[in-house]
Amino acid sequence: MNTKVTLTGVTLDNPVIPASGTFGYGYEYAELYDINVLGSLSFKGTTKDPRFGNPTPRIAECPAGMINAVGLQNPGVDAVIAEELPRLRSVFHKPIIANVGGFSIEEYVHCCEKPDKEDGVAILEVNISCPNVHSGGRNFGNAPETAAEVTRAVKAATKKPVYIKLSPNVTDIVSIAKACEEAGADGISMINTLLGMRIDLRRKKPIIANKMGGFSGDAIFPVAVRMIYQVYEAVKIPIIGIGGVSSAEDVIEMMLAGATAVQVGAANLVNPFACRDIVLDLPRAMEKYGIDDLTSIIGGAH
Amino acid sequence: MKQALYTIKSNRALTRDMYEMILEGDTSDMTAPGQFVNLRLDGFFLRRPISVCNQEGDTFTILYKVIGHGTEKMAQMKAGEVIDILTGLGNGYDTAKSGDAPLLVGGGAGVPPMYLLARRLIAEGKKVTVILGFNKAEEIFYREEFEAIGVKVLIATADGSVGVKGFVTDALADAGAYTYTYACGPEPMLKALYNATDVSGQYSFEERMGCGFGACMGCSCKTKYGNKRICRDGPVLTKEEIIW
Repeated sequence: MNTKVTLTGVTLDNPVIPASGTFGYGYEYAELYDINVLGSLSFKGTTKDPRFGNPTPRIAECPAGMINAVGLQNPGVDAVIAEELPRLRSVFHKPIIANVGGFSIEEYVHCCEKPDKEDGVAILEVNISCPNVHSGGRNFGNAPETAAEVTRAVKAATKKPVYIKLSPNVTDIVSIAKACEEAGADGISMINTLLGMRIDLRRKKPIIANKMGGFSGDAIFPVAVRMIYQVYEAVKIPIIGIGGVSSAEDVIEMMLAGATAVQVGAANLVNPFACRDIVLDLPRAMEKYGIDDLTSIIGGAH
Repeated sequence: MKQALYTIKSNRALTRDMYEMILEGDTSDMTAPGQFVNLRLDGFFLRRPISVCNQEGDTFTILYKVIGHGTEKMAQMKAGEVIDILTGLGNGYDTAKSGDAPLLVGGGAGVPPMYLLARRLIAEGKKVTVILGFNKAEEIFYREEFEAIGVKVLIATADGSVGVKGFVTDALADAGAYTYTYACGPEPMLKALYNATDVSGQYSFEERMGCGFGACMGCSCKTKYGNKRICRDGPVLTKEEIIW
């Protein structure tokens, strides 16, 4: 039984990857289990400057999911390279995905150039669901033109595979994925969280201080599967599927839709052993559904 | 931190909306008073973080206020039922700092962690005074439990129905001399105490959490010693580091 998958020449022992923002830089989980069972790890979204993020409350519960508005809290790319990455590499010996954000093209380039030079970082994952401070706060990921602009700039400045992480909060995600591919992206990570809101009935105000936040968890799984299915038909580059994955069956379903690997997000926050449990359960699920080689099922539903 | 299944030994109402649940299981990761546990309930996505009120051997007690659907569900649970819980979360209180005569201050749902803290301080030979703050007489709980372990108990009620009329800070004058403060309660209470006493102390904070173990950055706060996560670097902060 073969669980290996390959993302742009980077072979993973299995397709299970903790999603950025739900796994920190790995240590909290490394205290709980040997995180080397993971295929890879996408670390906490990193920006040029240190960020505290949004005021609290940052979290709201939903049926079958949660909303977060952390606001990209991170110590900044220099501290990540100097402190977090060496600590992560001391406990994690698998390929690392460096997740980066930015508020201008220059910041994206800066944040990608640094991890691009680091051993251990195998893939650059670019979160384009960030507001462009030079364009009235409109998210880079909201239009094909700006998504392509980020992709081109980052590709011109780096050597490692670049995966663009797409926002689902758009009218036509396929056109954005195609624009990224045409601009040189090596792969697509999808989907980021869906924009959501909860209102506190006692206070009669939004629960989250930022009012809106990213909706994730089991509830968004069908949305992610649908979007991956659509994008798989439109692009040739690999897709890392993300959104509501919490079981080995979900991994298989997302791969059938067209994902080469799969990230697990909110599930980690509820069950800290979620990723390990999925990895350990994969062979059972593969046997149940008559799958010998996971690579053979990628896009199998088409 | 430990994830394990715990069996409910008892679950009963203390007041109209405050409940006491005693659970049994692996308590080996519970290392300090003031820590919390995170309960997974069927039908709810996020866990429920609740402070530990008491722990002895392989049993521990949580007191919880019924305020939403999750705690409503907890109130209906019966002895013998099993809950998936993360235990040993948070830093907890450091009893080594207490001096000979610490003052404990708990307000409403902030009362529970004071009980285990008081027990540990008494065991260390300290002279413990606790101020418990409630809105009214019907909401008072655990007064006898504190008295039974040899703690001097002062009560403050907002409506004056029992003890000093007013807030916990209005009972400070009756507390006598104290060497250190430990507090847990709503943020306005903590802030009032912070301003009402010059004595150093440790204050426990509450925040909406995602994971409860430091991964999601959902409960971050700024302190004089840098950004901290309430769930992992807290919930207890020293008075010196708090930024209001």
